[in-house]
Amino acid sequence: MSTQPLAAPGRRRLPLVPTAALLLGALYCLLPVAWVLVASTKSGSELFSTFTFLPGSGFTDNVADLTEYRDGVYWKWMANSAFYAGAGALLSTAVSAVSGYALAVYRFRGKETVFNVLLAGVLMPPVILAVPQYLLLAEVDMTDSYLSVLLPLILSPYGVYLARIYAAAAVPADVIEAGRMDGGGEWRIFRTIALPMMLPGLVTVFLFQFVAVWNNFLLPYIMLGDDEKFPVTLGLYTLLQQGSNTPALYTLVITGALLAIIPLIALFLAIQRFWSLDLLSGAVKS
Amino acid sequence: MKYRTVAVSTAAALAATALLSGCGSDDGGDEPAASGPASLTYWAWAPGLDKVADIWNKGPGKEAGITVTVKKQASGDDLVTKIITAAKAHKAPDLVQAEYQALPTLVSNDVLADISEEAGDAKSQFADGIWQQTTLGSDALYALPQDSGPLMFYYRQDLFEQYGLTVPTTWDEFAGTARALKEKAPDKALTTFSSNDSGLFAGLAQQAGAKWWTTGGDKWKVAIDDPATRKVADFWGGLVKEGAIDNQPMYTPAWNKALNTGKQVAWVSAVWAPGTLTTAAPETKGKWAMAPLPQWTAGENVTGSWGGSSTAVTNDSKNKKAAATFAKWLNTDPTALAALVKEGGIYPAATAAQTGGSLSKAPDYFSNQPGFYTEAAKIAKGTAPAAWGPNVNVAYSAFKDNFAAAAKSRSDFGPALTAMQDATVADLKKQGFGVSE
Repeated sequence: MSTQPLAAPGRRRLPLVPTAALLLGALYCLLPVAWVLVASTKSGSELFSTFTFLPGSGFTDNVADLTEYRDGVYWKWMANSAFYAGAGALLSTAVSAVSGYALAVYRFRGKETVFNVLLAGVLMPPVILAVPQYLLLAEVDMTDSYLSVLLPLILSPYGVYLARIYAAAAVPADVIEAGRMDGGGEWRIFRTIALPMMLPGLVTVFLFQFVAVWNNFLLPYIMLGDDEKFPVTLGLYTLLQQGSNTPALYTLVITGALLAIIPLIALFLAIQRFWSLDLLSGAVKS
Repeated sequence: MKYRTVAVSTAAALAATALLSGCGSDDGGDEPAASGPASLTYWAWAPGLDKVADIWNKGPGKEAGITVTVKKQASGDDLVTKIITAAKAHKAPDLVQAEYQALPTLVSNDVLADISEEAGDAKSQFADGIWQQTTLGSDALYALPQDSGPLMFYYRQDLFEQYGLTVPTTWDEFAGTARALKEKAPDKALTTFSSNDSGLFAGLAQQAGAKWWTTGGDKWKVAIDDPATRKVADFWGGLVKEGAIDNQPMYTPAWNKALNTGKQVAWVSAVWAPGTLTTAAPETKGKWAMAPLPQWTAGENVTGSWGGSSTAVTNDSKNKKAAATFAKWLNTDPTALAALVKEGGIYPAATAAQTGGSLSKAPDYFSNQPGFYTEAAKIAKGTAPAAWGPNVNVAYSAFKDNFAAAAKSRSDFGPALTAMQDATVADLKKQGFGVSE
């Protein structure tokens, strides 16, 4: 992503068509973000009456209103989201690491079957599972709780899949064999030798899961009835849908949406170096 | 899904069960009495309902030992699905806020309890057309009316004066006014026909006497393509076709702008319009006025509804009696109604609460029309009954699809109405309901 000089000698002419296509793509992705950014600075009366990309004068008021709304329930939602996404991504990364490693390293009966089922799971959109999961959790009286949102997220087929692929590529069989020769237990080998090697892949799994949980809507929508436990996606939705006779609180929703993406951006910036490390090391290693 | 085939004949058959339950014990396994402390949960979306529940919890609820906790939800069709899913798992809350048109869906999914025994005596406090929507025309009672949205005619007083327009009292005059304005100011329009707002179209059809869903025997009868609705569709379609009114949807930034700048000078809307206008057209505050909805027959006082919701008790509730007691208090007690108006900004369905109290003063946006709510209450008295069925959502989305295309191409609305009827009937059959042709 940076502007470091590339290996190509001299200055090549920019290929016109691909560059234009990419610019168009970037514009397509960034324009809505720019809109949210500008719109969050507008007060209610400016929102639809002034020019779309003319910044307004109400950003601090909007944030204050949002904080005041129902005694600061917005920040409660943000905290919930952070908990669901943080704990969910951490647990799911741990499960993915263990199972991905096992699938990559050990030979056991039914291994391919397990992996094929997993692949099928990758293809299955989680949305389809939300209602069955709700009915299952209702059987054991666990709906409308923090766990009801957290539990279904822990097993991520995609995460396991990614971890297996990564473990297979990054943890050489010789290293594990050497560990066994030296008398290391399986758990110790995994923890001290394989895990550090898998770290860049696991960071990717963590990030993917974090973003997926942060943006998750349908699962918490079905599981939760108590608005004190809502994540921020669900909370903002209640501000939009206040009934046909009450206007939606657009300014608050826009400001809320903007504030809700800040943690994601911060997370990406903070973890990015692991990623570049990964790319570099991949290039340097034979 | 399989419940539906059994529970098909909602209104008619439910009338029968209600009769039975009236004589015998009951059908849902009620608790013996509201004795002992009860803790109730209430899924609702209206703003400020939690504050109204607090009044209950500190006052009458404390005496009766009934505590109500409001869990705020997002309104709409998705909530209906969520409630039905929860009910299938027997996890539905004790009380739910439900729009009138969602009640048949909830009843046919066996979600709502009959509370006629506990709250049936509240009938006299509501307009007949409203009450009938919570009984589904049977002897049972599935909810208590909370708020209503009688239709009215809003117009820019200053611009009407400027262009020498008269406030229409009949739909004929309405068409005349639209044409007169177009002649004097071609860049302006009286109003628009919005293919996004099925609820408004339904209300206009109710005014004309339409009854979209009725039951006969154990079958549903769908009459969306009936003469009354056709009259309404042809009227609006004609105005769109000749270009007398605009054809763009409402509730868009462009529409906000059209109201704010006076490009559109009138709006057929409901009693809650002041709230919408405050955000949509902030710069025209004090320039609007409200009048009764134009009539099909001069001198009548009939209107339809747009929006409005009720408080219902679920079959999953372990304290149905307590829940019904709260629902009745919430929607008939003067203190509760005053709080609902103040905190939730709703227009109460209870007739006694429609004037006086917080509604003795006109809304801020309409401070130029001091008698706003007195006038509104008179209009609300003539609210025509609405007849909803178990698949209003399907009819509504068929309306959006077909009327959007017709409005855009400024073609006849007749085929669109037929398509809406066909889609609704087809869906009912697919769901396993008996439909009489």
